[in-house]
Amino acid sequence: MKFIKFLLVGIVFGITLTKAEIISWYRIYEMFRFQSFHMYGVIGSAVLVGIIVVQLIKRFKLRDIEGNLISIPSKTFSIPRYLIGGIIFGFGWALTGACPGPLFILLGNGIGVIAIAILSAMLGTYVYGLLKSRLPH
Amino acid sequence: MINYINQPWPWYVAGPLIAFVMSSLLFFGKSFGLSSNLRTLCSILGAGRTCEFFDFNWKGQLWNLVFALGLVLGGLIAHLFMTSEVAVGISELTIAELETYGVTNAGADLAPNSIFSWNSLLTLRGFVMIVVGGFFVGFGTRYAGGCTSGHAISGLSNLQIPSLIAVIGFFIGGLIVTYLILPVLLAA
Repeated sequence: MKFIKFLLVGIVFGITLTKAEIISWYRIYEMFRFQSFHMYGVIGSAVLVGIIVVQLIKRFKLRDIEGNLISIPSKTFSIPRYLIGGIIFGFGWALTGACPGPLFILLGNGIGVIAIAILSAMLGTYVYGLLKSRLPH
Repeated sequence: MINYINQPWPWYVAGPLIAFVMSSLLFFGKSFGLSSNLRTLCSILGAGRTCEFFDFNWKGQLWNLVFALGLVLGGLIAHLFMTSEVAVGISELTIAELETYGVTNAGADLAPNSIFSWNSLLTLRGFVMIVVGGFFVGFGTRYAGGCTSGHAISGLSNLQIPSLIAVIGFFIGGLIVTYLILPVLLAA
């Protein structure tokens, strides 16, 4: 039962990304061709509201439901890791038209072959795990 | 009201809702990031036996898998009960451009039927876009330590420089594929 809240928030997220067409391959193509403001508006307004929420959390030292101070873990600085990893993910984002969240949502929308893309993404994650120590981080 | 909800939602509704989802997870004591589920799934399937990276206590990540299950259910609910008659509202320019690559009826479905179907999986185009694309998503997100939710939304909201670098990378990669690879692949 303690997981039900995550299920509900996930459902809200799945409905939102479906209804705003963010899971559509066409929307991602259009975004990378700079032919519409839609995706920039979605990401931009999400980040804008997100910045305000995070600032409020920090300013008022808000706590989560377990009573701990809310903190977003900081990431170790590196250029190659984020840039190279980011570029490789970008290849996949433009090809599949989906990032990891939309992959799951597309499955719910009845596009069954996306299951193959998810399995392939798991394989990609596994191969990263194997090569991790040999890659620049 | 129901009619209104069934219409495609504008960006200024979707963006704040995404921020609401991220904030909810923070208040639940978790962080917003979908790509880590791929690592958890590998771990559950026993990848920890052959690779140390997957040898961790995945039970602590179960909440995120439940969240991902919610995504599937949310997609299903929207698909079954909240469909609009309107096609994906992409620009006329995009529709016309895709037509020149042989992608007809652009926007009629969520993704081009001629590519994202079981029949096309073993064609060059289908294989590259679904299988190779999926592989890049899994490899790249783990290498970069996050995807659109973890870096572009969570990370940028927290004004983290590593996330900004990652998002710049996402766009470099996406632009390379969209401008150099897709024209060839779609026309193939």
